[in-house]
Amino acid sequence: MDIAFSSIKELREGLDSKKFSSVELTKEFLARVKKLDPKLKSFITVTEDQALADAKAADEAIAKGEQQILIGIPYVAKDLFCTKGIKTTAASKILENFKPVYDATVVAKMKQQKAVLLGKTNMDQFAHGSSTETSCFGPSHNPHALDRIPGGSSGGSTVAVAAGLAPFALATETGGSIRQPASLCGVSGWKPTYGRVSRYGVIAMTSSTDSIGSVARSVEDLVLTAEVMAGFDPHDSTTSKVPVKKWGENLPKKLDGLKIGVPKEYFVEGMEKDVEARVKEAIEEVRKLGAKIQSVSLPLTAYGSMVYAIVAPSEISSNLSRYDGIRFGHVTRDAKDLYEIYSKSRGEGFGDEAKRRIMTGTYALSAGYRDAYYLKAQKVRRLLVEEFEKVFSEVDLLLCPSSPNVAVKIGGAADNPLFGYIADQLNIPGALAGLPALSVPCGFGKPADGESVDLPVGLQIIGPQWGEEKVFQAGYAYQQVTEWHKIKPKGF
Amino acid sequence: MVSNDYESIIGLEIHVQLKTKSKMFCSSPNNPDVAEPNVNICEVCTGQPGSMPVANEEAIKKGIMVGLALGCEIPEYSKFDRKNYFYPDLPKGYQISQYDQPVCGKGQVEIESNGEKRVIRITRAHLEEDAGKLVHQDNATLVDLNRSGVPLLETVTEPDFRSPQEAKAFLQNLRNIVRYLGVSDADMEKGHMRCDANISMRVRGEKGLPDYKVEIKNLNSFKAVEAGLAYEARRQAEALEAGERLINETRGWDDAKGVTVSQRSKEEAHDYRYFPEPDLPILRLSREYVRKIADELPELPAQKSERFMGEFGLSKGDAEVLINDKGLASYFEEVVSELMEWFEAEKLPHEDVKKFAKMANNWITGDYQAFLKEGGMEAGDSKITAENMAELIKMIDRGEISVTAGKKVLSVMFEKGGDPSNIAEDENLIQVNDKVKISEAVNVVISENPAAVKDVLGGKKQAAGFLVGKVMEKTKGTANPKLISELFNKVCKKCGHIWAMHWPFKEVPIAERGEKDWCDVEGCDCDDFQE
Repeated sequence: MDIAFSSIKELREGLDSKKFSSVELTKEFLARVKKLDPKLKSFITVTEDQALADAKAADEAIAKGEQQILIGIPYVAKDLFCTKGIKTTAASKILENFKPVYDATVVAKMKQQKAVLLGKTNMDQFAHGSSTETSCFGPSHNPHALDRIPGGSSGGSTVAVAAGLAPFALATETGGSIRQPASLCGVSGWKPTYGRVSRYGVIAMTSSTDSIGSVARSVEDLVLTAEVMAGFDPHDSTTSKVPVKKWGENLPKKLDGLKIGVPKEYFVEGMEKDVEARVKEAIEEVRKLGAKIQSVSLPLTAYGSMVYAIVAPSEISSNLSRYDGIRFGHVTRDAKDLYEIYSKSRGEGFGDEAKRRIMTGTYALSAGYRDAYYLKAQKVRRLLVEEFEKVFSEVDLLLCPSSPNVAVKIGGAADNPLFGYIADQLNIPGALAGLPALSVPCGFGKPADGESVDLPVGLQIIGPQWGEEKVFQAGYAYQQVTEWHKIKPKGF
Repeated sequence: MVSNDYESIIGLEIHVQLKTKSKMFCSSPNNPDVAEPNVNICEVCTGQPGSMPVANEEAIKKGIMVGLALGCEIPEYSKFDRKNYFYPDLPKGYQISQYDQPVCGKGQVEIESNGEKRVIRITRAHLEEDAGKLVHQDNATLVDLNRSGVPLLETVTEPDFRSPQEAKAFLQNLRNIVRYLGVSDADMEKGHMRCDANISMRVRGEKGLPDYKVEIKNLNSFKAVEAGLAYEARRQAEALEAGERLINETRGWDDAKGVTVSQRSKEEAHDYRYFPEPDLPILRLSREYVRKIADELPELPAQKSERFMGEFGLSKGDAEVLINDKGLASYFEEVVSELMEWFEAEKLPHEDVKKFAKMANNWITGDYQAFLKEGGMEAGDSKITAENMAELIKMIDRGEISVTAGKKVLSVMFEKGGDPSNIAEDENLIQVNDKVKISEAVNVVISENPAAVKDVLGGKKQAAGFLVGKVMEKTKGTANPKLISELFNKVCKKCGHIWAMHWPFKEVPIAERGEKDWCDVEGCDCDDFQE
């Protein structure tokens, strides 16, 4: 048995049948991290001692007969999740040495499960980006081609899972930050309905859009994590009291009668041919499972990224205000007055992208501009929500690509200005509407740069608000008839 | 010299610190006055990364209570917004406040100033969180976040006040309201209630608002509000008279110097970049929820004042003194209700209620309140139960103890608590109504003070008062002063002599003389006395 690439379900069986202990599992993964991460750079912090102690405690609990789905299972968390006493950097200089005084709700739930945290993973600084290149610790590398980006902002999390350094990862999305890197690294990623999973303790980017999800090897594994993560949190007023279903109990092999829409605006000029071909093949597979496929239209799609370009920086400019050098984080050594404590601490501590977004957002919210930008954007956002509601009155799910391209070379994204724009078109409207989605591997394609390398392609499954059940069902059924999610990167 | 007749246009913004178990957006204790810094804090009110606010339902309810008392519309939907600015006492870099959908909308209240009734319109009242406190010491500035996140209700009025006195009257009224609602201690000196005032001047008779206004900050007492506004009104009137153009600015009140000082002009004003707080869902205040709060509102000070005047016949002034102290007013009511019970039991005439209420008022707002003040106590803290206070009043009315003795008993009750009749007995303060006993003391006083007696006989009335005092002294205040005076004041209609002065000289044994009011002056055969 290849522990590194086993599913959570297999690891659970192994632990329960005493085939191996949690300590052995943890050591195996830690050894792989030591060996492989220097070329992947998926970790910012490895919590080796704590992990071994936690694994030992989990083994003792298992021996006593404690039964929890994730007990003793190792995992990693994006470095945006607050972990009590463990550095939480948001991949930024300003929080380089920051140790939170409390655990994020989802981390606390993992602790309750006695899952074993291996470490904190790399990401775009404050989740600003889609390549992990804005991390102040340097980019992570795609295990399918080390000179290529893993996507982002949850790049470290997807790399760790793809390379067999962890069975699953906690990640976050604001506008594609789980789906896009999952697609680029060939793993399965879940972006929940906004409000499905508590955001408490996860460093905020765009509070009205941030969603807390996970990355794993299969939809079945994602469901196991989702059942633990989801639910109302008294500390997060935006979480829903809608009861969480036992999604895992109702995962079908067929999709008879399921109505699938394929939005034509999501197949656009500039999309890589291989990506389009793989996604269309995947849709064909879904048809074979019994689903009815129809073309649908979401004409407001193009406005999504414009709305996002206002709403996200506006909220970011406010959310990043607390990093002021007064209570925690980087503080300048060179200030003569209060103004300089602020300007220099923030000037030295924030990266360029954060500064750009702070400036844009501050402008968009300023007196005289607020109505024209922020309020207008919110109105268009409402229209996007309504457009999705309308289309979901006709179909159960939408299928489309997770990313218009396979992984580009590190530093290469800058050469193609249109690339980001098309990518946004696929992920942002749904994010603004708070919709649940999955990205599942659906084959390999060659990059547009002409290099002859096979890189993962992701199929995106989008559901209506609170519609996780059907999203998981479709993803699960698809993975019962395909093997793409089982293919590991060469050399790992 | 100001020749034009100016009137002031004043509006107020008042922050009231709400008394709740926990802070506005987290479960840290709402106890900002604790001495040790940074103890009542958590990740939320210190703005730790990832933390999120949760709106405090108790604070929302208390805000609505104040709104209802101020006659405000309570909207069905209300929301929180972020007010962005940097300051070291503001941990998140923004304050969660309410921008365009406050919890309380338009309202109005009636105030009375200089005997004139005025309606003041309320613009709005909104909930927000307080900032922390900066402590400057040894060339460093320290941040104490115990206060950070404490719930505040900011009430904004229309510019409806025409004098500093009116503004002060409104503030006192608001303080009474929030105290009666039990939503705040509203102690200005402790910062539980903070007031900013906007003032501008116009020539009396002109319509419309002036094209400038000055905001005065740091008004930390009712006195400061009145004095600060009065100073500013005078300063502005003089400036306008001198042909100056006044501009929008913020000025701070310097209490020690009694002047306002310019702090910043409009040009430097903040742009707070308000936007809806995405971490908090929109509040829906169902009509049923609001109605329930309205139904449960306690009696408000204005209503209570009316009732005290109507039911108990108190004067407006007396009623005001009582209602200005919520604890004292409810103590008064308890005492009166004890007296009423006694009325019922004894089947006493109902008209006398007012007489007793008046007595209760005099005792409570007199010596009792003075004792409280001296001890820095509230009515509820004292050892004198309403039952015991009522008993004391009954004893005085029945003449069982004198007013003087009553004061003594009250002071013992205040110190140790207990039943006034026991205390009166222990202290030998039971009033002596026995004329024979009193006359014994009178005898002694007369023999010890021949000069005064001579004065009295010579027609000096003041000397009689002196002798009465001496008798009181001898009897340790227990002799019924009415009876002593009687003894000294009975004058023989025929001979004009004072009865008390003479009978001791007769050989008639005291016991035999008893209550008989005859003239004992030698040579006078009269037996008819007048008082």
